[in-house]
Amino acid sequence: MSFKIASSPHNRISRSTAEIMLLVVVACIPGIIVQALLFGYGVLIQLVLAISTAWLAEALVMQLRAKPVLPRLKDHSAMLTAVLLAIAIPPYAPWWLIVIGTFFAIVIVKQLYGGLGNNLFNPAMAAYVMLLIAFPLQMTQWLPSVSLQPESLSVLDAVCAVFTQYSCSGFSITQLQSGIDGVSMATPLDTLRTDLAAGLTLTESMQQPVFYGIAGAGWLWVNLAYLAGGLMLVKLRVIGWRIPAAVLGSLFLISLLSWLAAADSNPSPLFQLFSGATMLAAFFIATDPVSASTTNNGRLLYGALIGLMIFIIRKYGGYPDGVAFAILLANMAVPLIDYYTRPRTYGHKAKGAGK
Amino acid sequence: MPSLFQQIQAGKLWDFHGGVHPPTRKAQTAQKPIGVLPLPDRLYIPLRQHIGVAGHVLVSKGQRVLKGQPLTSADNSMAVPVHAPTSGTVMAIAEHTSAHPSALPEITITLVPDGLDEWRSRYPLNLATSDKLSLLERIQESGIAGMGGAGFPAHLKAGLTQPVDYLIINAVECEPYITADDALIQEGAITIVKGIDILCKLLNPKAVLIGIEDDKPIASAALKAACSQREHYYVRDVPTKYPSGGEKQLIQLLTNKEVPAGRRPIDIGIVMLNVGTAFAVAQAVLDDQPLLSRIVTVTGETLSQPQNVLALIGTPVSDLLTFCGYQQQTAGKVIMGGPMMGFTLPDLTVPIIKTTNCILAPSQYELPQPGNELDCIRCSACADACPASLLPQQLLWYSKAKDPAKLDEYNLFDCIECGACAYVCPSEIPLVQYYRVAKAEIREQQREAVKAEQAKARFEARNARLEREKQQRMARNQQLAQAREQAQKTGSNSNAVADALARIKAKKAEQPAPATNREQVLAEREAKKQQAREYQAAKAAANQQPDSVSETAKQEQAVSSEPTVNESATVEPANAKSAAVAAAIARAKAKKAAQAQAEQQETIVEAEQTKQPEAIEQSSPQAATDPRKAAIAAAIARAKAKKQADSEKS
Repeated sequence: MSFKIASSPHNRISRSTAEIMLLVVVACIPGIIVQALLFGYGVLIQLVLAISTAWLAEALVMQLRAKPVLPRLKDHSAMLTAVLLAIAIPPYAPWWLIVIGTFFAIVIVKQLYGGLGNNLFNPAMAAYVMLLIAFPLQMTQWLPSVSLQPESLSVLDAVCAVFTQYSCSGFSITQLQSGIDGVSMATPLDTLRTDLAAGLTLTESMQQPVFYGIAGAGWLWVNLAYLAGGLMLVKLRVIGWRIPAAVLGSLFLISLLSWLAAADSNPSPLFQLFSGATMLAAFFIATDPVSASTTNNGRLLYGALIGLMIFIIRKYGGYPDGVAFAILLANMAVPLIDYYTRPRTYGHKAKGAGK
Repeated sequence: MPSLFQQIQAGKLWDFHGGVHPPTRKAQTAQKPIGVLPLPDRLYIPLRQHIGVAGHVLVSKGQRVLKGQPLTSADNSMAVPVHAPTSGTVMAIAEHTSAHPSALPEITITLVPDGLDEWRSRYPLNLATSDKLSLLERIQESGIAGMGGAGFPAHLKAGLTQPVDYLIINAVECEPYITADDALIQEGAITIVKGIDILCKLLNPKAVLIGIEDDKPIASAALKAACSQREHYYVRDVPTKYPSGGEKQLIQLLTNKEVPAGRRPIDIGIVMLNVGTAFAVAQAVLDDQPLLSRIVTVTGETLSQPQNVLALIGTPVSDLLTFCGYQQQTAGKVIMGGPMMGFTLPDLTVPIIKTTNCILAPSQYELPQPGNELDCIRCSACADACPASLLPQQLLWYSKAKDPAKLDEYNLFDCIECGACAYVCPSEIPLVQYYRVAKAEIREQQREAVKAEQAKARFEARNARLEREKQQRMARNQQLAQAREQAQKTGSNSNAVADALARIKAKKAEQPAPATNREQVLAEREAKKQQAREYQAAKAAANQQPDSVSETAKQEQAVSSEPTVNESATVEPANAKSAAVAAAIARAKAKKAAQAQAEQQETIVEAEQTKQPEAIEQSSPQAATDPRKAAIAAAIARAKAKKQADSEKS
């Protein structure tokens, strides 16, 4: 007669950390598909590169730390980091960019801080910012949406472009970036910022072809796809509603105010919400539990801070999109936010830091 | 805005933070009749089955006992007795595996039933004519301790004298699988209400709130029917959510009140008792049937007939499992209690005790072994589930870091160990286990700190005493020196004999001060001796409290400053008279001898002390040339001083 001795509770809810990570990856799929269709297949190659690099890097570090490799890879956290970075960088960025970025995300930002659960910063965003600062040219090589591209690129072209920076038919990325009229086209956010800085009004800037639709050609659909995936995560209770609601709410509110105050020099709130990486940030990146606030009120504050920072950086910053910086800045504030938003424990007096 | 009482009367319910919804799996046992176990071969009755202290054993090995006969005494307010659940013979009073998570052996009475089930004589009480004191006495003597799980002595709760607004009867039974209370209510709702009547007579509450989860419609209806004649009894169906049955959570659900941290429900005018306790109270008072048996849910997929059974206290778990058709599986486990808060058993000889509500023998698929513990990803699912609004992920962090200050700041000790956090944790971290360890470590540290504090206080007291004694000595020397100087000024200082005489005179003048000192020294010495004797006596009588006895003796002695033999004899514990007399005589003799000796030493010391300064200040050649003369003078002085002291003593 031998019996297993275990500590209570003896039953557990079935969802595991690995499942949570996997569900987040799955929820990215609609967005990835739309991105691939509207901005070319480059994103798929970036994904393959990023995921393999992440697995290798994770395995290498686990080996160095003398810890079991396979269970760690099975928790899918490295894959999620890789996916988020791959969809955030320009689809035809050179191959080494994503490799360096992913390696940096896994080894430096995540593992050197102690591995899963111990990193202060969101690995994907920290890597993105590192790449943006170190390789600004490559990191702004966004092509316009497929409809505006002079040459349509096949999957094979995409592979060539990522590895050689030339399509199979010999066009360089710079050439591909240019519109039919030969004018180089950046992302709508980038274009708008440049134009507003150059003294153009919003209406004048919006005349350009990149601004097709309410948020720029293609970008609306990408954002809608991520919104759908994000709502699915909320519905499945993989992520809470507080952080995305706070990010979008604060961004909407502050852009609405600025737009009402000066409609000619500020884009509309809807443009802010459906342009750039807004939805991806609100539902997939800001909600990374490890680097986000852990209290309910703290999450609202954290999300609102991100929304505010996105607006400020987009309007006054030197980079096309402010999402990555906004999230890193909010990550830094998390310990403070968590400390001052502790919930009142049962039977204790309200507020007053717990006692 | 209606008052709280009006809202409660109107049937309003509140909610508490967090909570989880594990699969309840109660259907396997809820609707079946209560099975009656055959009489077991052996009953293992632990002496202590409640929170408090065990009573003294009243029976001896080999003695025959009757059903309902107390086996231990309720000689202390924190003690509740245990009884013989059936008639039989006491086979052993020895250690046996306890029904406790630690499974540490504890003193247990082994009873061999004789099959006659012969009752002792019983004296039912009449509720209308009994006063509160006899009711409380009956509840305590019947061995009733909270049957919901904690096992708090019922007479302590029922005997509270503070005003009570609400008496809450806990029939929630929120743990999955368990239907023992459900079955009890279905069969005994009327007795339960009678028990509540008794509790009402004792506590006189404004209203009685009976909380029951809404997944027990039959039991709820039975309670409502039984309460229909009582105006201020309210049965409340609370939503099924774990842990609604936690004391604090149920109070919040039914009254929207919170028990302040570190306080008890009575501080906000609430007393809560389990429904099984109310039933036991009714049986004890109205039938004079002490707590001899209880309903236990025996369930799990390894059983062919899961059901509720009426088991005698002390029945080994194996009997219950066999009765319900248990097939043991490899690497199986048997849990006492529910899946959320129960503990696994090391073997099946562990007995059913007063607080055992469930024996769960799950299959491997039903409650799988925990997987590998992964890192916390700070998802805070635990914080969302915590009914105490704690931040379990922070507590985990600080538990691992062994940071008691932070753990205190994050209110570790408000954790009720319900297991909701570990239940929802996606990384399968055994959070509750971390908290238990951290709590135990902090308690240990606190004990160490108290010990260190005491040691420090003792050390400081000793230093202060030494310093005081030194000061006293110095003061005395100074006085003597002054007196001598005066004597020298007034009298002739040419001859040593005269000098010595002057000293004696001076000493005479100084007599009162050193006399009291001496008395004190003597008293202290005597007190110490007394203390040592007390210690020996206390050691002999095991249940004495040596500290307090010797302490009081010491104080008495010190205060009286004139210790007598008689007095010390009175503080002597009640031993055999002759021994006491002999001891007293011996002490008197010893004291006399000691005093004489002390006297001698005292005078010698004094004489020497007085001699020294003299030698320094004078250093006259004649004293140096005539040492013999001086020595003789000193000897005379000593003798005189001794005489003086003796006369004074008598």
